[in-house]
This record gives sequence, structure tokens and C-alpha cells, in this order.
Amino acid sequence: MLIFNRDTWQEIFGSIQKNKARTIITVIGVLWGIFIYIVLSGAAKGLDNGFEERFADVAMNSMFAWAQQTSVPYAGFKTGRPIQLKLTDVQVLNTRIPEIQYIAPRIVKGAFGGAAGSVVHGQRTGSYNVYGDYPVLSKIFTQKIYIGGRFINNGDIEEDRKVCVIGERTKKELFKKDEDPIGKYIRIDNVFFRVIGVAKFEEGGGFAQDGDINIPFSTFRKLYNTGDDVGWLAIAAYDDADVIKVEGDVKNILKKIHKISPEDDRALGSFNLGEIFNKINGFAKGLTFLSMVVGIATIVAGVIGIGNILLISVKERTKELGVRRALGATPSEVRGQIILESVFLTMVAGIFGIVLGSFVLKGIDVLTQDSDIPYTNPTVPIPLVLGALFIMVVLGTLIGLIPAQRAVSIKPIDALREE
Amino acid sequence: MIEIKDLHKSYKVGKNALHVLKGINFNIEEGELVAIMGSSGSGKSTLLNIIGMLDVADKGSYTLDGVPIKDLDETKAAKYRNKFLGFIFQSFNLINYKTALENVALPLYYQKVPRKERNEKAMKYLKDVGIDDWATHLPSELSGGQKQRVAIARAMAAESKVLLADEPTGALDSTTSYEVMQLIQEINDSGKTILVVTHENDIANMCKRIVLLKDGVIIEDKKINQVWASDHV
Repeated sequence: MLIFNRDTWQEIFGSIQKNKARTIITVIGVLWGIFIYIVLSGAAKGLDNGFEERFADVAMNSMFAWAQQTSVPYAGFKTGRPIQLKLTDVQVLNTRIPEIQYIAPRIVKGAFGGAAGSVVHGQRTGSYNVYGDYPVLSKIFTQKIYIGGRFINNGDIEEDRKVCVIGERTKKELFKKDEDPIGKYIRIDNVFFRVIGVAKFEEGGGFAQDGDINIPFSTFRKLYNTGDDVGWLAIAAYDDADVIKVEGDVKNILKKIHKISPEDDRALGSFNLGEIFNKINGFAKGLTFLSMVVGIATIVAGVIGIGNILLISVKERTKELGVRRALGATPSEVRGQIILESVFLTMVAGIFGIVLGSFVLKGIDVLTQDSDIPYTNPTVPIPLVLGALFIMVVLGTLIGLIPAQRAVSIKPIDALREE
Repeated sequence: MIEIKDLHKSYKVGKNALHVLKGINFNIEEGELVAIMGSSGSGKSTLLNIIGMLDVADKGSYTLDGVPIKDLDETKAAKYRNKFLGFIFQSFNLINYKTALENVALPLYYQKVPRKERNEKAMKYLKDVGIDDWATHLPSELSGGQKQRVAIARAMAAESKVLLADEPTGALDSTTSYEVMQLIQEINDSGKTILVVTHENDIANMCKRIVLLKDGVIIEDKKINQVWASDHV
């Protein structure tokens, strides 16, 4: 086999070494191409990972739905009627939409304009948003509770326990520095609640605050006399579900229950995280695609450069090739040698480019480790790297064919005559 | 060894055809040392190129060691050249980035001789031409005479039937020329058939037979008494 023959390689090295400076400059062309390709697609992947990490605490295909005021008169109701979501809506949605994995009704005192709950512990006071929640919420938004504590559970709901989970800031403001709040009592709007957990606050998402207090939904409705009222619904669809469709379905069903005109777009509000994620994902994908296009275009340009240089080199070596032919080199041997030179140069350039690109990616990773830039673990998938190498081999062969054909098309006698 | 009958060759120069060989007939026996002489334009190089299978005749037949040479494609020509012929050029035509040893081993490389054997053989031929001390030197580090010796060693390395030398002393001073001719005579004495193209009388006189070409035909073909190059050195 030609490729595994030591002599073949010696021939190739011999002719490559002939003009070292030129060979190196040529190789840099392809090296630059693959370098750009690796760095760009790695960086795109890094951004993608960065975004994903930032939203890791949120179910990717989740949504919110809340009620507003009608804007279209319907079924005898005039326009401007305020809508109130009810706990019964939850069961209906759960049974009617199979794509829903989790649905968590929530309600809050404070946050959206109302007065926050006033909270007292010992001599310290503060006002914080108080949320009425079901345990299922933690399936949609991962709740990070400090060791020793827990989130609201089903028992809390069933027995209307007066327990609460407090935020990091709440703990800092209401408790002494080295005081363990777990098991302690705080007074929320004049009712004593036992603290069962402290939630670790994670930036990102932007849905929660570090001072939030969560209490069981059932306790909330008794405390604030809200009956079956639900503030809004947090819904997570199954991973393979189309969350945009689920969003539409949820709204349609809610419209039917609450006698809202199907044309009324303003009566219900909703916010679809899936859509946001899709946009970000689309952005990252676009970036990956762009980097692939740019990278491959640069590689092609580099390989063409190699072809060009080999063409010049064949022209320069006309006489040498003539001598080789006179000594018994067959046209296919000459052709094979030049194609191998082309492929070899391309591969060397490619491998150096990949190595260099990886170092740069690593460098960027280290530099951005503690910054706000969403950039984590930039990698280029192995198949893409192999694909790029494959493309380079193919291109190197194709482009090598041109100088090889040129070399063979010169008759040995003409080659020898050339002085 | 070589039989040539009614060989014609013409080149197109612009619109005119230049009739270079106008019916060449001659035979060369094994072990001969033949000088092909003639002024420039007489067709001697063309004849050598056709014998060397670097060029193809328009008409006529050419038989080499009993093998009719015709309808050659490039691959076949390359194989025949490798098997039958060794070339010695006026400008040496060594590959300048290869050492003397590598240059000599090159035809063996194309014969697919294994590396070790190849280098051993190449070394032996370098020793035969007396420059084995220079085996690892590049052609640029050698004198003209040394280069031509390497080229001769390379032509012999293929162990071909016939050596074709195109003005082998054309680029050398007379002392070196005689040294090279002495080497050629020695090789011939060992039984190899050699064709030398030259336009120098003293070189031609060192061969055993002179074929004189003029305007594309052989005007004289005579056996001579060989002058020994060693007498001049």
C-alpha cells in the first residue's frame, strides 16, 4: 500500500522540505481555516452551554398563564370584566391537556402591586412577598434549599401547616448571623410560621427574588381569605411536547371555562419560556451554522492555496519529474506522489489548526470563568472535527489532482529539454 | 540488442513539418560502444530520445532486446525504460535535494526494490564509479565530474541492458571528460551496451564504432580502433 510505505513518505518529505518557507506559509493558510472553524464553533457551543447552564434551574419547556381583563364582549358579558383563575381550572387543564407534565397554581401577596406581607422575628421586621405554593413547584423550578431544610410537602398542604421557606436575604435580615432559622418561628401578617427551609438564591431566570417567602397554598388561602383564587399557573410540558401548542391549548380551555371570547387576546396573559429558549437556541444554532460556513469557506480558501502552490512547485520541478519519469516512474506514481503531498500538507495544517484552536478555546474558557458572560465548556463535537478533517482530505485530494494532472501531462522529453 | 529499421520522425514547427529523421537503419549488438555523431540539427538527440522511449517515431520499427517497441502508453514506456535503459545526461539531471546515494537508488525505488537492498546496491555502484566517500553529499556539494559519476552509477543501478549517454562530457573540462570516458569504457568492457551521443571527435574515437548522422540520415557507419581514455589521463 502506497500510503504505508516508508519510501513514499520519504519522497514526500524530500520534496516538501525543498522549499520550507513556502511550504510553511501555504500550510498556515489551511491552518488558519481550521483554526477559525474550531474557535468559532467551539465558542458557539460555549455560548450554547452557557445559556443552558443559566437556565438549568428552570424546566426548559415551561410557561406561565395568568388572567387579566376581557377586551371583547362575549356571552352577554360586557368588555373590561376582570377574570379570576380558580383552583378547579387546574384539574380541568390537567385532564384535558395530556402534554402537561406538571402544573403548579401559585398566588402571592405583594410582588404585583399589592402590599407585601409584613414579617416579624424578634426585634427585627421586614416586608416580603409571600407566595402560596404547592410542592410540585419544585419540579418546574428547581428549589435549592440549604442543608437541614426542605421545601413545602404534601403534608403541609393537607394539614394547612403554618410553615414557610424563606429566602437568603430574609434570613439575613431577620436572623442573627450565626442563628439557624430552621425550626424558628417568624410572624407573617400576625400569624406565626415555623421556618422549614432557606432557599438558595440563584441569579438568572429572573423570576424569583432573594427575599421571597413560600408558604403552603392551603395555608395562604386561609390566611388571606382568597378561597379558590389562583394568581397564576406555572406549567411544565413534557420534554418532547411542543410548548407553544400547549400554551395555546391552555388559553383556549381557560377561555371556555371563564366565558371569554375566543377572539379575546388580552383577557389572558401568558409567558412562554420554551419560546425564549427556542430563540436563544436558535441564536446559538445560527451561530454554530455561521461558524461552520465561515470555517469551511476559510478551509476551502486555504486548500486552494495549497493547490496553487503545488501547481507552482510542479512547474518548478518539471525537470525533476522528467528525470523521475526517465528513470521509470509511471504516471500514476507521479500523480500519486503529488496528491499525497497535497493531502499530507492539508492534514498537517488541519491537525495543527485543531490543536491551536483547542488551546485558544481553553484560554477563553479560563478567562471567562468568573465573568458574567454566558460561556461554559466550549467544545467542538468529535464528529464535526472528524468531518472537517474528512472534508480537508477530500478537498486536498481534489485540489491535488490539478497539479498532479499537470505534472503527468508534461512529456518526459519536454520536461528534460527544459533548462 | 537494438534493431532500427526505416525510422522517420518529423516535428511540427508552426505550419511547417521539420523532417528530422529520414529513414534510419542500424543495428547494435550486445556489448558495443557506439558513438552517434553529427552537428547540431543532424537528428542525433532525436534518435537517442526515440531509442530511450522518451519520444515516439512516426514510422519504422524499433526492437530492443527482442521486444518490439511500439504502441507505448506512458505507463508501459516507464516500465520499459526502467527495465531496459539507463540514462546519462549532459546536465547530469540529479535530483538536487537527494544525496548521491539516494539519487543512485531512485531507479531501484521505481523497481520496487526493498529499501535495504536498494541502498546496498546503490552503494556498490557508487563504489564502482569511485565516489562512495561522497555518498551522503548533495549534488550541490559535488564537482561536475563527481556529479556525472553519480549519474553513471544511477544509470547502472537499474541494471538495464543499454546505457544511453547524451553528451555525457558536454559540461566537463577535457581532463574530467577523459576520466568519465574511461569509466564508460570500463563499464563497456564488463559487457554493457552503451550509446554515446557526442559531437566531439576525441570522445567519439574512444568508442568502438562511430555512426555519423547528417540531415537525418546515416552517412557513415564504421568500426574504429578504440582509443583508451586512460592513455590521456
